[in-house]
Amino acid sequence: MAQAIAFYFISACILGFAVLVVSTRDTVHSVLFLVLDFLFVAALYVLLGAQFLAAIQVLVYAGGIVVLYLFVVMLVNLKRPPEAHSDPHRRTKLGFGLAAAVLVEFGAIAVYSYARPAAAIAPPAAAAMPVSGNTEQIGWLLYTSYLIPFEIASMLLLVAMIGAIVLAKREL
Amino acid sequence: MIDQLVIPLLKIVIVLNATLVAVTYMVLLERKVIAWAQSRLGPMRVGPYGVLQPVADAIKLMIKEDITPVRADRWVFTAAPIISMVPALIVYAVIPFGPTIKLFGRSVTLYITDINVGLLYIVSVASVGVYGIILAGYSSNSKYPLLASLRASAQLISYEVAVTLTLVSVIMMAGTLSMVGIVNAQYNQHAWFVFLQPVAFVIVLIGGLAETNRAPFDLPEAEQELTGGFHTEYSGMRFALFFLAEYANMIVVSSVVTTLFLGGWLPPFPNTAALHFLYYVPSWAWFLVKSFLFLYLFIWIRATLPRYRYDQLMNIGWKVLIPLAIANLIVTGIVKVALL
Repeated sequence: MAQAIAFYFISACILGFAVLVVSTRDTVHSVLFLVLDFLFVAALYVLLGAQFLAAIQVLVYAGGIVVLYLFVVMLVNLKRPPEAHSDPHRRTKLGFGLAAAVLVEFGAIAVYSYARPAAAIAPPAAAAMPVSGNTEQIGWLLYTSYLIPFEIASMLLLVAMIGAIVLAKREL
Repeated sequence: MIDQLVIPLLKIVIVLNATLVAVTYMVLLERKVIAWAQSRLGPMRVGPYGVLQPVADAIKLMIKEDITPVRADRWVFTAAPIISMVPALIVYAVIPFGPTIKLFGRSVTLYITDINVGLLYIVSVASVGVYGIILAGYSSNSKYPLLASLRASAQLISYEVAVTLTLVSVIMMAGTLSMVGIVNAQYNQHAWFVFLQPVAFVIVLIGGLAETNRAPFDLPEAEQELTGGFHTEYSGMRFALFFLAEYANMIVVSSVVTTLFLGGWLPPFPNTAALHFLYYVPSWAWFLVKSFLFLYLFIWIRATLPRYRYDQLMNIGWKVLIPLAIANLIVTGIVKVALL
C-alpha cells in the first residue's frame, strides 16, 4: 500500500516536472526542473530496490551532465525572451507525426504485456546469479548476459569522445 | 520500535548538532591557527581566549538584514544556500564513526546507516552540492558572482573526475562500496589503505581541497579578483548557510579520507599484537583524532600556500591528476589480478 502511494506520488512528480521542463520560459529554470526530474527518477530506482542505479543516476545525470547543461546555458546567456511569432522552420506536422508514433508504440507495449500471462514476462535468469548484493549483481549481468550491448555502448562513448576532440581542435 | 525509530532519530540529532557545533568552532580554530602562523593572537575579546567568538558570530549573522537584490532571480536566489547546505549535511548518514558497540545492554552501531553503495552515495550527493554555488552566482544577477560560479563549476567538474576515478581503485582494493565494509577490509588486509594506495591518497586529498574550494584552490571566492565570489550578494543568515556548507564539506572530506585511507575507527597497525593496548582508546576517538588531523592540515595549507592561477588549476586537474588517477587504476587492477 505504502509502496503504491510512493510510486504514484513519485511518478506524478516525474511527469509534472517533465512538463515544466518543456513549458518554462527561462532556460535556467528549465534545467533546474530537469535536475528535480532526475532526482525523482533516482527515488523511483530506490523504490525498486536498485540503489546502485539510483546513486549512478544522481551522480551521472543530476550531478554531471546537467551541470554541463547549466554551464553552457550560462555561457551563451539566453536572457533574451523567445520571439512570439511563429518560426518558419518549425515542422509542426513532423512533430505531431513523431508524437503519434511514440504514442502508438506505448499503446502496443501496454496491450501486448496485458495480453500475455504474467509468468511469460517474468525475468528467467533470476535464480542463476552466483553473487549477492546490488552492485555485484549488476556487474555480473553486465559482463555475462549483456556483454555485447555493454561493449557497444562503450564504443559509442569512445566515438562521441573522439568526435568532441575533432570538433574542438580544428587542426590536429 | 526503539531500534527502528528512536535510536536512529537520536543518532541523527546527535550527528547534526555535533556537526554544526564543530563547524562553528572550525571557523574559530581556523582564525586562531592562521593568526598563530602570522604571529598574531587571533580573536581574544569574546570570552577567555576568544572561545565564545562563534556564538557572537552566529548572533551577528542572524540579526543582520537579509537582502535580496532587486533584479535577482528570487526563487533561485532563495534556494541556492539551501541547495548547498542540505547535501553537505545528509552525507553524514553513511559516515561510520565507529563499529557496533554495547551501550546500556543494547548493541548500537556508531553510524546512522550502512548502505551497500555508501561511497557512491557520498560522491553523488556531493555532486548535487555544486548546484548551490552555480545557482547562487547565476541568480544574483551581478557580474562577479557569475564569473565566480563559472569558475567554480569548471573547477568542481574537473576535480570530481579525478577524485571519482581514484576512488574506483580504492573500491577495487576493498571489494565493496559500503563505508563500514571498506574499514573492515583494511582490518582484514592488515594495513591502512594509505600504505597500499599512497598515490590515491594524495590525489583524493588534493581533489578534496579543490572540491571544498579551499586554499590554494579557492578561486571561486578569490577576494582580490571577485570581491568575495559567488556569495557577494548574500547577507545575513543566507550567507551563513554558504559558510556553514563549506566548513561542513571540509569535515566530510576529512571523514571520508580518514575512512578510506586511515582505517576509520581502527587504531594504527590494527592487527599487530604488540599494539593491542591501543584498543583501550575508544574507536570513535581514533576516528575523531584522525579527522581532526586533516582539518588542521587544511588550515595549515591555507596559512602557507598562495592561490593558484586559473590555468594552473586546470593544468593540475586535467594534465596531472586525471592521468595519474587512470594510471593508478590500471596498476591497481594489474597488481590485484596478479596477486590473486
